[in-house]
Order: sequence, then structure tokens, then C-alpha cells
Amino acid sequence: MKERQSLALSAIGLIAFFGGWTLIAMSGMVQPQFLPTPLAVAREFYRLLETPFAGYTLQQHLLSSLGRFGLGFALAVGIGVPLGLMIGWFRTLDAIVSPLFDALRFVAPIAWVPFAALWFGTGIGGPVLIIFSGAFPPCLINAYRGAKFVEPRYIEAARMLGASHARMVTDVLLPASVPSIVAGLRVSAGLGWQSLIGAELIVASSGIGYLMVKGQSNISTAIVMSGMIAIGIVGVAIDVLLRALQARIERHQSGSGTN
Amino acid sequence: MSIGTVAALLAAWWLLTATQIIPPTRFASPGELLQALRQVALTGYADARLHAHVLHSAKLVLLGFAVAIATGVPLGLAMGSSRRLEALVNPTFLLIRPIPPLAWIPLAIVWLGLGDAAKVLVIWFAAFVPSVINSYAGVRSVERHVIEAARMLGASRTMMMREVIIPGAMPHIFTGLRLSLQACWTTLVAGELIGAAAGLGHLLQQAALDLFPAMILVGMVFVALAGAVMTAMLGWVEHRAMPWRT
Repeated sequence: MKERQSLALSAIGLIAFFGGWTLIAMSGMVQPQFLPTPLAVAREFYRLLETPFAGYTLQQHLLSSLGRFGLGFALAVGIGVPLGLMIGWFRTLDAIVSPLFDALRFVAPIAWVPFAALWFGTGIGGPVLIIFSGAFPPCLINAYRGAKFVEPRYIEAARMLGASHARMVTDVLLPASVPSIVAGLRVSAGLGWQSLIGAELIVASSGIGYLMVKGQSNISTAIVMSGMIAIGIVGVAIDVLLRALQARIERHQSGSGTN
Repeated sequence: MSIGTVAALLAAWWLLTATQIIPPTRFASPGELLQALRQVALTGYADARLHAHVLHSAKLVLLGFAVAIATGVPLGLAMGSSRRLEALVNPTFLLIRPIPPLAWIPLAIVWLGLGDAAKVLVIWFAAFVPSVINSYAGVRSVERHVIEAARMLGASRTMMMREVIIPGAMPHIFTGLRLSLQACWTTLVAGELIGAAAGLGHLLQQAALDLFPAMILVGMVFVALAGAVMTAMLGWVEHRAMPWRT
């Protein structure tokens, strides 16, 4: 199939989607409160950027969400990656920590919400705890895999050449596990961002999830959809950033790996 | 070694709560956990007994999951086999895909209220996207020469689908299903926490309102257990569906 034909089909698909949506919304079959036209949603989105809703404008809600996300994600990386490397490297630690971790991993991040509420009220700790519980497992697992599956011949070679334990960690373990760790960061950020939304729907008094809950109780589909759009955009932006980081590190590694 | 860890953890947990280093208002002791478990299992808590909560949640997840498989897998297979359909649907799909399942909850509530229908809609969505993507990727992963060989041997369109494409795409499809089952379960718990009349999320929510740490813990244990059981069941189905893979 030619490129032009494929582009035309794509355009038809998008037009059909937005056109069908507009038609249903304008036909009067459903009230605009429940299904606004795409244009009305765009207008609402724009309005939320300028006039505060649920206490803040859309950007302020987003900033507050991003602040929580940054904190929870940083904690997950800061604890998960070193811990994962350690249990991948030291066998005794692996035997002690892994069973506990395997059990905890089955608890959905969102199931921490009641404890988050009990321990922190509506303070910042609650959402951060939930983001942490979403973002932590991939950090730990990938660092663990990275450290556990360092090629034995590298370790043997380094040992034979008389590398100290510290040099072993900085020159063998870390470089070998970086690609796996960075891949883990991407998964972790995605899950963390999702968990944040869940947390904010339940325990928060600002943030993009809270804006959506308020829109929901006002029965304003346009506000809810604006929130969904904002969440989607930020999610994609976070992923693009981490993907760029991943590409950079891979380039760096393949560049230095040959000499 | 791992039994030792578990025993040590239990001992530490018991010690920390018995000496009240962790105050009882913040976390439950092992004894309180058992007591709460007995209470919810025998007399009930949050309007129902434990098995009713678990069954209610499991029923909704399976329903939404089944609808997602029935709609997502065929769409993914069709998108993988027809470049026209792919060009037609993919851009719209890409627009919707970055929105996480949990973000659909408020919309589902506005549209369908707090009942079971809203939850099934959100669960459907949570599983739909991964089903489509992985079925699609699965079709694309079928090796070119296998398709060409089948075509040369005169396989009809239906035979091609049944004997070549679907079995070839199966490993990817099941990967997608495993991912989406986990997502379904998370989404359902979130939905039930926000508002429900029954289910494990409702139990958790009630326990949080009552400031009842032992019952929160019971709820979390059963969320984890039910998730693990469902994942194991899917693993069993996967094994049965692809007997040629050991």
C-alpha cells in the first residue's frame, strides 16, 4: 500500500472518530452535560488554564501532581535501585529480601490507599506512598536482574586481574546493569504516574485527579475529559523524556563498549 | 532460608506491635489480624461476609476481562493482518492509549453511576488496550516465510487465520492478557474504593473510615491473594491453549 493511501485512511479514521463523536453529541440524544462535543471539551480545557476550578487552575493542579510524582518516583529510584543491585549481588541478602518482596508485589499499589489515609490523612505523604508502591517494584526488579545477570566472565576476568570489591562494583556491576535499570525506570515512571492518578482520585485536595473528581461530582464531562487529556499528555511527555535518556545511555554504552 | 525469613518477619511484627513501638491505631498485630479475619469470614463486615466480597470483585473483573478479550483480540488480529484497517484505526487508538485506565473511572461514574456497570466499563477499558496492542504485535511477529509457505501450499483465508496467524500470535496475546489482568484488578479496587456497595475495595474503604487497621490488612491480603489466584488460573489456561510450549 502506498504512503499516500495510508495517510488518507488515517485521516478518514480520525475524521470518523471526531465526526461521529460530534454528531452524537449534537444530535440531542444525550445531554451535553454527559457528552460535550470535542470542540466544547477543547474550549473547557482552555478555560481551565485561565480560571481556577476546585481551587486552582489546570497548570497549578498539574504542578501539584508533578511535585508528588517527583517525590514518590525519586524515593522509589533512590531506594529501589540500590536495594535491587545489592540483592542481585549478595546472595544472602537475596534469600532474605526476595520472599518478602515477592509477597508484597502482589498487593496492588492502589490497595495502599486506606493505610495512606490512616497514616497521612490528606497530607502529601498519602499520594507519595501510593506512587512509591507503584514505582518501586520495577526499579528494584530491573536493578536486581541487571546485577544478577552480569556475565560471569566479566566478573571472573576482573577478579583475576585483582580488582578490589569497590572497583568491582563501580567498574563491572554498575556499567553492566545500567541498561536494565534504565528500562526499569521507564516502566516505573509509567506505573507511578498511573498510581498517582488513582491516589488523587481518593486521597488528595489538589492535583489533576482531584480536579477530575470535582468535575465528576459537578457532572461535567468536559472537565473530566480535560483532566484525562492533561494526564495523557504528561504521561507521554514523561515517557518521551525517559526514552531519550535510554537512547543516550545505550549510545554511550555501545560507544565505550568496543574499546 | 526463605522459611527462616518469614518466621523472622512474623516474630519482628509480633514484637513491634506487642511492645507498642508501632501503635495499635496505626497498624495491626498478628492477633488482631486473625480476629478481624474471623469477624469478616463468619459474621461479615461492610455489609457482607468475606467470600461474598471476594466473589463480587472477582465476578466483575472476569466479566470486564472477558468482554475485553472478545473485543480487543479480534481487533488486534484484524489490525495486524490488514494494513488498511491498521491505517484506519491506529491513529485514533494512539490518541486514546496514553490515558491510563484509572483516569477513566470518573468518566465512567458520570456516565453510569456508582453501580457495577461503571466498573465493568473501566475494567473493559483497562484490558482492551493491552489486548489490542499485543494481538497486533503477535500477528506481526509471525515469521514471513511461514506465512508464505502456507500461502504456497494453498491455505485459504480462514485456514491461514486458524492454523498460522492465531497460533503464531498466541504467545504475545497471552503476554498482553497477563499484563491486563493485573491492570484490571488494580482498576477494580480503585473503582470500588471510590464508591461501591460490595467488593474488596468497598471493604477496604469501610475499614479506612472505621480506622480499623486489622481489617485494612485483611482486605489487602485478599486483594493480593485473589490477584495471585487469577494470575495462576490464566497461566493454566495459557498452558492448555499452547500445549506445544512446555
